[in-house]
Amino acid sequence: MFISGNYAIIYECVNVLSPRPVQDEDFLYESLQRAERGYSMRELLELLEHDARRPVGELASMLKLSEYEVEKNIKDLEKNKIILSYNTLINWEKFGDDTVTAIIEINLTPQREVGFDAIAERIYRFDEVRTVYLMSGSFDLLVIIEGKSLNDVANFVATRLATIEGVTATRSHFMLKPYKKDGVIINDEERDRRLVVSP
Amino acid sequence: MADKMNWEQRLSPAVNAIAPSGIRKFFDIAAQMDDVISLGVGEPDFVTPWSIRESCVYGLEQGYTSYTANRGMPELRQEIVNLFKRRYNTGYDANTDVLVTVGVSEALDIAMRAILAPGDEVLIPEPCYVSYQACTILAGGVPVAVPAKIENEFRITPEELEQYVTDKTKVLLIGYPNNPTGAIMTRKDLEAVADFAEKHDLIVISDEIYGDLTYGDEEHVCFSSLPRMKDRTILLNGFSKAYAMTGWRIGYALGNPEVIAAMTKIHQYTMLCAPITAQVAAVEALRHGEKYMKKMVAEYDRRRRLIYDGLTKMGLECFEPKGAFYIFPSIKSTGYTSDEFAEKLLTAEHVALVPGSAFGQCGEGHVRCSYATAIDKISEALNRIENFLKNHRK
Repeated sequence: MFISGNYAIIYECVNVLSPRPVQDEDFLYESLQRAERGYSMRELLELLEHDARRPVGELASMLKLSEYEVEKNIKDLEKNKIILSYNTLINWEKFGDDTVTAIIEINLTPQREVGFDAIAERIYRFDEVRTVYLMSGSFDLLVIIEGKSLNDVANFVATRLATIEGVTATRSHFMLKPYKKDGVIINDEERDRRLVVSP
Repeated sequence: MADKMNWEQRLSPAVNAIAPSGIRKFFDIAAQMDDVISLGVGEPDFVTPWSIRESCVYGLEQGYTSYTANRGMPELRQEIVNLFKRRYNTGYDANTDVLVTVGVSEALDIAMRAILAPGDEVLIPEPCYVSYQACTILAGGVPVAVPAKIENEFRITPEELEQYVTDKTKVLLIGYPNNPTGAIMTRKDLEAVADFAEKHDLIVISDEIYGDLTYGDEEHVCFSSLPRMKDRTILLNGFSKAYAMTGWRIGYALGNPEVIAAMTKIHQYTMLCAPITAQVAAVEALRHGEKYMKKMVAEYDRRRRLIYDGLTKMGLECFEPKGAFYIFPSIKSTGYTSDEFAEKLLTAEHVALVPGSAFGQCGEGHVRCSYATAIDKISEALNRIENFLKNHRK
């Protein structure tokens, strides 16, 4: 048995990561080995990040876990808000929808005690707002908005965002064409050019 | 005078002695199907990482279109030497110990031609890559197959090698991680082989093209990094597999200055130099490519576990491969030869793989499945193979 060093930390990790609480040393040893080999939560997350629709059986094979363990791990990750949601990246334009995306720089006057957080919250609660980042540099918030038309978005900025107390300026940029989104190239023409069989 | 020459009689006896590759037949059938899933491909499904491709494009814009030094660009040779120092703590001299070649294939060919005299015997553990035998014969040598056993996970032992060594044996040619079996040799395994090589005073050619692709706890052990082995080893490696650069045709040989000089002599008269475009890209691969390589290796690892689990569950005997991107299940339980199995599977279920017999006689009874294929395709291929097993048994 080789357990030593950061025993407490490892013990803690195994307890958090494993579906069963640590009962005996053998199980701990096994789990440690597994963790060492990298068949870990990180790997599960990486797999789900790229394709959340992978069947549990497939995940189990790849992670060398049982299906029960995989499902339990996923539930734990969801409960701990490490997994926030499962989204699908859709090319709506190709489907036939015309939407307008605007990227808006907003300058704010920070408030005592809460800084930018309270105003940010007032902004991110709108359904129209897809993304909000607090930024360094010449403006404070970067907000991405989706609307049905140019008018729709302009209207929202003018009547809802610009009028919020503490918002001192807004600059809107309309997105013309997406090339890559969240790591995915929109019109990727690269394909498999290999021979069917090769030595 | 007849219109046509009798070419068959006029071809070199060495060429006539070589059997054409057994893979061709499957290629022809598979090429006519449009829904074929191929587990028969011996190269990565990834395209070369963009930063490497981009550096080549930039190089072309900057006018890198000339010959290079016969041995390869100095900066590339230096990067190769740095890599071996960094990873295996093995010291090579960029000026004398490195030759950049047109893939490992060329390196293997000229290594053989540089050292073999007619009748010299080359020990080749099988199953192995298809060109080992052919390169030996073309260089005037005699290939001596040493069958590896599935019970031993296709590793080779000194006891097995001892049975085939004669006073004519000059070279031991090994390729681990192995194509087609996915076998690796641990440090202990290799040390035993090193003792054997020393005992019989053999040159060792070590083809480590899959060296970056190992999985689990076992790290790849570079043969020339073993004690006393550097001088007797010709180490072959390249960029094709780890950096997904097969079509660039770029590899290298490392070894004793005299043998590298001899190989360079052949290289300069037959190849002159490796393409400069590929050399520029290879420099970028070694300087900045490791993170992309690691990502690809992690992906192969997941596929490896998936395909191993799938094949095992459907009752095909196989050992868990620890390197390269192949798995080599036994299909003996079906009653078919590996050739029949591959052909019937292709016609019935449109899944292409390569019969084990293509990699040496002892590969008979096995098939090689490559998992350098997207996960959803592997899953679908597994379904089809399972379906095939249900409906086809001799």
